[in-house]
Amino acid sequence: MSQKLPSVDVLLVGFGWTGAIMAQELTEAGLDVLAIERGSWRETSTDFAPTFIQDELRYRYHGHLFEQTAQETLTFRNTSDQKALPMRRLGSFLPGTGVGGSILHWNGQAWRFLPYDFEIRSQTIARYGQGMVPQDMTLQDWGVTYDELEPYYTRWEELCGIAGQAGNVKGQKQSGGNPFEGRRSKPYPTPPMKQTYGPTLFAEAAGSIGLHPFPCPSANMSQAYTNPLGVSLAPCTYCGFCEKFGCGNYSKASAQTTILPVLMQKKNFALRTESEVTAINVDSSRKRATGVTYVDMHGNEFEQPADLVVVCAYITHNVHLLMTSGIGTTYDPSTGQGTLGKNYCYQITPSVNVFLGDKILNPFVGAGASGMIVDDWNGDNFDHGGLGFIHGGYIAGYVTTGRPIETEFLPEGTPKWGAKWKKAFIENYLTSMSVSLMGAVMPNAANHLDLDPSYRDVYGRPLMRMTYDFKQNELKMQDFTMAKMVDIAKAMKPREIKKSPRGPHYDIEPYQSTHNTGGAIMGATPQQSVVNRYLQHWDVPNLFVVGASAFPHNSGYNPTGTVSALALWAADAIRNQYLKRPAPLVQT
Amino acid sequence: MTKQTLLTMAAGTALIGGWLVLSGPFAHAQIGDFARQERGRQLAAAGDCVACHTAEDGKPFAGDRPIETPFGIIYSANITPDPETGIGAWTEEQFYRAMHEGIAANGRRLYPAFPYPWFTKVSRADVDDIRAYLRTLEPVRSKARPNEFPWPLNHRIAMAGWNELFFTPGEFQPDKQQSAEWNRGAYLVEGLGHCGACHTPKNMFGSAKADQKYQGGKIQNWFAPSLAGDQRAGLGSWDTEDITRFLKTGRNDRTTAYGPMAEVIKDSTSKMSDEDLHAIATYLKSLPATAPESTEVPDQNVVRAGQAIYADQCSACHQAGGVGVKGLFPSLKGDGIVQSDQPLSLLRIVLNGGHAASISASPNALAMPSFGWKLSDGQIASVATYVRNAWGNKAGAVTSDEVRDLRKSVESAASSY
Repeated sequence: MSQKLPSVDVLLVGFGWTGAIMAQELTEAGLDVLAIERGSWRETSTDFAPTFIQDELRYRYHGHLFEQTAQETLTFRNTSDQKALPMRRLGSFLPGTGVGGSILHWNGQAWRFLPYDFEIRSQTIARYGQGMVPQDMTLQDWGVTYDELEPYYTRWEELCGIAGQAGNVKGQKQSGGNPFEGRRSKPYPTPPMKQTYGPTLFAEAAGSIGLHPFPCPSANMSQAYTNPLGVSLAPCTYCGFCEKFGCGNYSKASAQTTILPVLMQKKNFALRTESEVTAINVDSSRKRATGVTYVDMHGNEFEQPADLVVVCAYITHNVHLLMTSGIGTTYDPSTGQGTLGKNYCYQITPSVNVFLGDKILNPFVGAGASGMIVDDWNGDNFDHGGLGFIHGGYIAGYVTTGRPIETEFLPEGTPKWGAKWKKAFIENYLTSMSVSLMGAVMPNAANHLDLDPSYRDVYGRPLMRMTYDFKQNELKMQDFTMAKMVDIAKAMKPREIKKSPRGPHYDIEPYQSTHNTGGAIMGATPQQSVVNRYLQHWDVPNLFVVGASAFPHNSGYNPTGTVSALALWAADAIRNQYLKRPAPLVQT
Repeated sequence: MTKQTLLTMAAGTALIGGWLVLSGPFAHAQIGDFARQERGRQLAAAGDCVACHTAEDGKPFAGDRPIETPFGIIYSANITPDPETGIGAWTEEQFYRAMHEGIAANGRRLYPAFPYPWFTKVSRADVDDIRAYLRTLEPVRSKARPNEFPWPLNHRIAMAGWNELFFTPGEFQPDKQQSAEWNRGAYLVEGLGHCGACHTPKNMFGSAKADQKYQGGKIQNWFAPSLAGDQRAGLGSWDTEDITRFLKTGRNDRTTAYGPMAEVIKDSTSKMSDEDLHAIATYLKSLPATAPESTEVPDQNVVRAGQAIYADQCSACHQAGGVGVKGLFPSLKGDGIVQSDQPLSLLRIVLNGGHAASISASPNALAMPSFGWKLSDGQIASVATYVRNAWGNKAGAVTSDEVRDLRKSVESAASSY
């Protein structure tokens, strides 16, 4: 029997990055906000201090900051004719847990999507005709445009002090920036990071073959920065412990370094940690959320009523919670009916290892977003006519880290252990880098999320089941961009190169990126999406679902910028529209 | 209350009633008293009453916070208006006597952990206003635990002798040679601010040494640095703006407040008016330099070892040249805590780490991580000796024994709670 608690104005499920954004915005509107977080409280000096954070074994390999699969996992299969099995060890992606969520251990590659992304279906058909979108590609526009989101991208960049070189400010091209980016209302708040030798060589090579290199926009600070909330970040020390680690030097934008110092002082904000929301409750009409049920660390169950529920967990958990709460209709790939779980996407991340031989790169000097980029083969920045695929990805010359266990560039034919392995490791550690693709993945009718019929979690709920494989669009795109990456790699005049493509089937074991998207997607109509353009649930108007679960496809960029802009956009809609009239914000 | 005020109040019959209620032991605040109460609130902030009179997770001003003294633990009093466990039954006269003479309503002598040797300087009007404010608080029924003092200190009569030796009651007398601002600063520093309670060294009886005013004092295993005009260890190189900003926000371009001072800033000085903070700075800047500079030349082997440790462990935040990052990480170059004659605070923060002050004007919740588990006594002594003598800094070498003793001392303090 659960204990019923006093009602709150707003209940946030999960207190990671989007939770922090929503809490900050909605407390500013004067609402009483309560966040419920399954993990523990975390802060710089006690949880990832510079005295102990540089510990690869503890953080990278034992996953100290990540979700523990013994507590929460999913089952996986490539195709519907296979039996899905539980993921018993994290691999391909590394969802976070605890206060601050996954942004705590991101690299800090801080991107906007292209205007093309938000109107991808219309623009693709307009340029190439209906035939460019295959039958099984469930491609759709987002219901929001880049121009609408632009002010929220800008706010996000100012909140986080993003370091970068603009390429297009108010329609004016800026030298040294990304010439393909959407129109920006402002330049980046801080100048780009310094580049080490590796990215510099990459940029020289890319420029020499007519491409347009520019520095990666970065949430690692190029200089000290104080954000509009008055919270300061310190200059990055290029220690190379960003992704999979918390930053001990207050140099990487995260909930802890941008919002929490202000938010945690507010009297109208409360946080309950080590408490997991197990269900969103709805009334008998199933049109109104009444609150949530959660279980605390002692196993006690509580009913927490709320006027407004905002789901801010990691994308798979957002979708899972909607499914186990019976809100919405789960997508069925055999009929195409239902929307929940549809358009689950990932990314494809092939690379080319470049062995320079005579050039010392000192890779241990690095930062998560230290690198040079070319965007010439991303989005619709080039003519796809006759190529048989849409979209693309950015090609990067990153040197983010030289962490000794993880950084292993070995030429073709090197044994996996022994004296020859050691010799090759030593010879190549200082002189090798990778040219990589952040490849977009288009939605496919066969890729989806639903509930597993066999396996259950500790609360007795069915596990989420992921059915996912690479499809023709991204495999063809990979072949195309691999050739482009080889061109750049060869222009770097290396001793040798080694191609590392992905596929042909998606493998959930090796780490690729924590860029899972979709499943509770946004769109223009309830027939094709779970939430409307403001991330408001079509069936339950006092329920908002925030995060990359709303992406109808996955672009050729890291998702955090777009996740953040959408959260700020949704918060703004709640503050300025929903609170005045708590009803559906889009009429059907 | 003066005769004149009395007469003014008597002019309105309604106000007479108000005054009668106000001065009775069970009085409740009247609306017309708002200005007094507001003044009292600001004065109570200047006195930092809430810090000692609030237990961890306790109700504000309800007392029972353990105060470490060299003689034992004393538990602070409940100063909410609860008539039985608080000071609700105290008259204005009794409250003034406590502040002015250190004698409670029941005639018992208070221990000078309650800083009446400073509060005696506070004017009667200000004391009355503080009482008016305290009476607006919600009464909390809460009795403090008995003090843990050894014989003979557990007998309060012992304090009569102490007072005889070390205490002179008397309100602040302005110095007519000085500006009004200087006098306001002196009044706050010497009185309610009771800065000397920490920043002036104490004799073996726990009394501030009158001849070493503001030259820095040891308190709860911290060293409250000198506020005198010394260039290295004192405030000689700070300007009034540096001091004002530090007291208002907990940081300035030079440094950041940690330890007990972070609490003082959060609870007290950040809530004071800019004028009062500027007055304090003006007064402090008038204090002369006192201590001779260290002439000691540290062992170069120790300095070299310390330099290597600094590069590995400290330079990421405090930067290669020791200059820190403005507003975030304190500059060690030219810093007073670093160059204090007694390195206690420097060592303590390296050993245990600490949280910087976080207030709304400067919300960063920064912290120094602990190195105690990672560096040996010898390593900490080396790196401390290095930073005390690098980049133009100058101060005596630190020995491993000093680090070892402090480590033991803070460990035993931590385990006693």
